[in-house]
Amino acid sequence: MITFKKTVVFSTLCAALISNAANAEQVEITVASFPNFNQVAEAAVPLFEKIHPEIKVKIVSTAYMDHHNAMTTALATGANLPDVMSIEANYIGRLAQSGGLEPLNVAPYNANEFYQKITPFTLAQGSDSDGNLRAMPADIGPGSLFYRKDILDKSGVTQEELIKNWDSFIDAGIKVKEKTGDYLLANAVDIKDIYIRANLKDGEGVYFDKDHNILVNSPRFKEAFRLSKKARMAGIDAKVSPWTNEWTEGLKRGTISVQMMGAWLGGHLQDWIAPDATGLWRSTQLPNGALASWGGSFYAIPVKAKHKPEAWEFIKFMSTTKEIQLLGMKEINAFPALIEAQDDPFFEEKLPYLGNQQARLAWKETAMKIPSVSMDRYDEVARQIVSDALEKVLEHDADIDTVLADAVKQIKRKARRR
Amino acid sequence: MNTTTSHKVSSTLHKVPPKKGSLWLRKGNKIAPYFFISPFFIIFGVFGLFPLLFSLYLSFHYWEPAAGLSAMEWVGLENYVFALQDEWFQKSIYNTVVIALKSGIPQHVVAIPLAFFIHTSFTRWRNTVIGVYFVPYITSTVAISLVFTTLFSRDFGMVNQVLTSLGNFTVADIHVLSWIFPVNNVDWARPEYTKDMISFVVFWRYVGWNTVLYLSALQTIPKDLYEAAIIDGANRYQQFWYVTLPLLKPMAFFAVTLTIIGNLQLFEEPFIITGGTGGIDQAGKTAAMHMYLTAFVESDFGTASAISWILFMMIAGLTWMNHKLLGGSNEE
Repeated sequence: MITFKKTVVFSTLCAALISNAANAEQVEITVASFPNFNQVAEAAVPLFEKIHPEIKVKIVSTAYMDHHNAMTTALATGANLPDVMSIEANYIGRLAQSGGLEPLNVAPYNANEFYQKITPFTLAQGSDSDGNLRAMPADIGPGSLFYRKDILDKSGVTQEELIKNWDSFIDAGIKVKEKTGDYLLANAVDIKDIYIRANLKDGEGVYFDKDHNILVNSPRFKEAFRLSKKARMAGIDAKVSPWTNEWTEGLKRGTISVQMMGAWLGGHLQDWIAPDATGLWRSTQLPNGALASWGGSFYAIPVKAKHKPEAWEFIKFMSTTKEIQLLGMKEINAFPALIEAQDDPFFEEKLPYLGNQQARLAWKETAMKIPSVSMDRYDEVARQIVSDALEKVLEHDADIDTVLADAVKQIKRKARRR
Repeated sequence: MNTTTSHKVSSTLHKVPPKKGSLWLRKGNKIAPYFFISPFFIIFGVFGLFPLLFSLYLSFHYWEPAAGLSAMEWVGLENYVFALQDEWFQKSIYNTVVIALKSGIPQHVVAIPLAFFIHTSFTRWRNTVIGVYFVPYITSTVAISLVFTTLFSRDFGMVNQVLTSLGNFTVADIHVLSWIFPVNNVDWARPEYTKDMISFVVFWRYVGWNTVLYLSALQTIPKDLYEAAIIDGANRYQQFWYVTLPLLKPMAFFAVTLTIIGNLQLFEEPFIITGGTGGIDQAGKTAAMHMYLTAFVESDFGTASAISWILFMMIAGLTWMNHKLLGGSNEE
């Protein structure tokens, strides 16, 4: 009996030792992500683990807003930090400036070796104000204008008229309204959002310049507000916000005939918003030659992460491997940030949903031209204040100069401890 | 009687001779009660007391949270001053008060007669009827808000369908009802409707809860009071007005207090109905939402904490006033 007991103890000990040894060899890294960006990582992990058997990847995914709140709190307390942190473009300005993420452009990461391979504008998004890359781009959202060709044809509006300049865009909307009763735009606010980003030069910011001066009370914003108001007064917008029931139904039934958004909207239209509209939609560039981007995703390593080298291996795999970048495009329509992936024959395919356009090539061209806009920690604060100001103009007919001057005061107040 | 029993028990406990065990065992006897009660104190300390004190501490600091704990900077009362002077905060307080009144007053005005009606009219089915009224209270806010946003959808919502079909009701080519009902779809997302829509959802959700509270109070009112009133010739209305209502006062104090606290902290309903933005022109942004957005969008945790303490003081003040108004009669 005693010998039996001894054997049991011995074998348990051995087993424990062996499993310990195995654990020592294999490092488990945690990747925090959000839907549906997590799908790309999940699809890539089996391949990654095959190439790097010493690393085991655990993906933790929470809802979009919860994820970013949790990451903010994790950075605040330094607890429960993942090794790899996924960040969406809306949050990148704030998190990249926080100082809680590793600078990736210096040793031991040397991400600057990859700079030539990545779409330029997105590197600026992932960098802090000192030019250090804090988050590695994974996918991007080059701006595109999607329109219903059948509705425009019925109204006698050509694509050239639609995108010549903003005033002709609004005139086209009036024609569409008269002939078909349909709206051109989901919301007049969209025009402001594009106009304030259009034609910026490399290094300029949307709301702040490099020295954190507020740029809101400028001709760029005044014109953006004027155009939005003109569109609202012309009655060509459906006054609905993106991703609401009205919006998806409007696009589905064709009561909204134009939507300007990231190129990935094409995938959403085809997959679930308007799956029956094959061949009716087209994609073209934004009016007045505007260049803008919508969304985009990044990977970062927290300063207090436990397995930084392994985390970097994973990020490199996700961001700089052509096959994985293409996988993202195929899985969730995530437009690759890696230029090499954009050169794949996949991009030359004609898209039946968009009337056999080679739209991906056009998006790729747009992506290369989008300026590298610098991000600011207070971008989100300024964004809120500016959209609030525009609502005053649209809803209460407030004077544009006055609301913009007020907006500057408010931004100054909120960003008081620079 | 009770005291003597407990005294006996404790004295018997003392009479038990200490066991001849190790020091640990003898000490263990003394520690054990604390050990067994400790889970509550640990959980309360970690999830109750600590966040409370930390947020108070935080409200005197400027803190960019993503930069870590070391980035805290003492600013004294500045966060409070900043919040109180902030246009958006003032607006959110105004919104909160309007929504609180518009949803809170109808809750009680409807719940009291409703409870009286259920109490007197239903005998066998009473619990089922109460259950039906109580369902909204236990249903997930997210589900409720999604259902209501669908109902109130401008182009495809049922509410507009009903209203416009009434407005377009024609008799001899004339829209006879168009003076009271809309002819075209109403855009419920417009700032002038946002607060009403949120108030309606909140009212709908909590009226059942208040009914249950009042109903339980009604059940404690002795039957002989009503019998006496009937003998004195009181009709049903007089019974309600002179017997029921005064005796409901203590419960009314409790229920109104809960409504004040709940409505001033209103967050989920407006958050989901307005898609987390506060709606057009911030018409549906409550103070609690403003606090959340200050913390998680503007990442100014210090000011957000200050806002939460300002809110706390407001709620405490209003509850005290409510106590003076409704709760005072008990002392007479």
